[in-house]
Amino acid sequence: MSGAGGTSKGAAAALMAPALLVVAIVFLAPLVRLFAMSFEAKAGPMATYLEVLGDPIYRHVFVNTFVVSATVTVVAIAIAYPTAFALTRIGPAWRTLLFACVLFPLWISVLVRTFSWMLLLERNGPINRALVGSGLIDQPLSLLFNRTGVLIGMVQVLLPYAVLPIYAAVLRIDPALIRASEGLGASRLRTFLSVLLPLSMRGVATAATFVFLLALGFFITPALLGGPASMTLSMLIDSLVNERLDWPLAAAASMVLMVAALIVVGLAGRFVSVRAIAEAHR
Amino acid sequence: MSTVRFEGIARHFGPVRALLPTDLDIPQGEFLTLLGPSGSGKTTLLNICAGYLEPSAGRLIVDGRDVTAAPPRLRNMGMVFQNYALFPHMTVAENVAYGLKVRNVPRAELSRRVDEALRLVRLEGYGGRAIRQLSGGQQQRVALARAMVIEPAILLMDEPLGALDRQLRKEVQLEIRRLHLARPRTSIYVTHDQEEALVMSDRIAVMRGGRIVQIGSGADLYERPVDTFVARFLGESNLIEGRVEAIADGRARLAVPGLSAPIEGRAAAGLAVGAVASALIRPEAIRAAAGGIEAGVIERVYLGEIVALRLRLDGGHEVWSRRFAGEVPAGDRIAIGWDAGAVSILPPAEAV
Repeated sequence: MSGAGGTSKGAAAALMAPALLVVAIVFLAPLVRLFAMSFEAKAGPMATYLEVLGDPIYRHVFVNTFVVSATVTVVAIAIAYPTAFALTRIGPAWRTLLFACVLFPLWISVLVRTFSWMLLLERNGPINRALVGSGLIDQPLSLLFNRTGVLIGMVQVLLPYAVLPIYAAVLRIDPALIRASEGLGASRLRTFLSVLLPLSMRGVATAATFVFLLALGFFITPALLGGPASMTLSMLIDSLVNERLDWPLAAAASMVLMVAALIVVGLAGRFVSVRAIAEAHR
Repeated sequence: MSTVRFEGIARHFGPVRALLPTDLDIPQGEFLTLLGPSGSGKTTLLNICAGYLEPSAGRLIVDGRDVTAAPPRLRNMGMVFQNYALFPHMTVAENVAYGLKVRNVPRAELSRRVDEALRLVRLEGYGGRAIRQLSGGQQQRVALARAMVIEPAILLMDEPLGALDRQLRKEVQLEIRRLHLARPRTSIYVTHDQEEALVMSDRIAVMRGGRIVQIGSGADLYERPVDTFVARFLGESNLIEGRVEAIADGRARLAVPGLSAPIEGRAAAGLAVGAVASALIRPEAIRAAAGGIEAGVIERVYLGEIVALRLRLDGGHEVWSRRFAGEVPAGDRIAIGWDAGAVSILPPAEAV
């Protein structure tokens, strides 16, 4: 052996080779192909991008996608924060149970969960029956095939990705800091606002980045629970490929989605390091 | 500045009795150290005083007021933690100001008091720094300033030097002592380090197995320990086991197998004729004495101005002697003796 450093680098490369190979063949190569394809429209190399970015209908889809993703992110964080906080404050038995509730949905296919929501949210489904039956409303709410349905479904599907990073961040806060704050005379609310909340913001930023990115490209849930008026970018790409058979336009839309995602990652990178995301998922 | 009184304070965790019913009075302005090995109950006692832990029984009286049920934030106690527990997202000045902000101290007074506190711990001009830019010793001084700036009734310190290396320990130790002497404040200090306890305290409470074994000044504990545990815990000690032959007028005689003459010394409480006991002879009391007990020199350790000798008495017992370098005779064999006034006869430590 010539040197431990060289050997371990070589070994590391060998260990990573299968993964790198798979990524190169099934991800990078098609991505390059897609990128090239986006300039291959008959109307000229930049025609696709002009159409995707210029057409008011497509613009509406972009805006809707961002509004849906942002709303899902806000709602998911709002639900996840107290949940994650509670997870760090309860006994081991309750924690195991609550963790199971948080993680269990991850073990069920998104398709199954989305169909379940369709059954729950339909006009004569259990939710509307319960609401009408209890006298809270006169007419059943339309919860399906519109933005409301998409939001409910996506929040539920993406919630674990919001809970876990926040939980990890809260867990890392030294309990002595809470004692110190209380010992210095701070109320529980004050301690929460001045110490716990700021120290868990990294977890919140990580969670928000995660949820937003996943929401941007989400397909199954918005496609099944949403209606034509609440079309998202992934649905648009699907219809461009499967209905209009316009591959260059679909490729351009995909590139725009990817650039948007990269911008979000870049902006988030100012607040959250990639390592923090990795740590959150240990 | 306040008086503190523990009345029958006890605490158990499930079946584990961390603190047996304990009475303790701390007069105004006293610096009291709780000294003991881990698991002796010293931190439990401190946390009960701070309000972080509820006692299973007993009452805590501060300035005549029962605060047993009061939450920490209403007790006005300044706590210094072993790992500093500084708020990492705040600057030095913001950390120190925290307790004042919570109390709604007006801005001008707040900044004046923060500056003064930082000056006291000699960190003037560090107010704008981030916590992670400071060394461990500086961080603990910020923690001290943060605890003292609120003018606490009692200053509580939980092994504050535990995370520091030896050199910084000395430095911060003297800092705490200087601050206390400049402005005496009722203080409770927890440590397992006898040197810290001796340097800083007015009184030391030695704890073991959830109770206070002995309380007194450093000299009390060193010269008149109540049992072999306290003798071992404070200072170096030679303990020679034997049986009590006679007790009279506060003195006892101990028959030691292998020694021709019995050892005589001050009798501690709890001795009984015929019972097993130990003679405590501090290493500095053992000196060369013509016509004394013959001993072989097994080991010589040079410690600068002091030389430590490990000696084997002809009866088979081993003892350490510490003398100034000039007083140590050469050679492999010496005759040794000690002043009877420097010897204590102690009962064995109670089983825990």
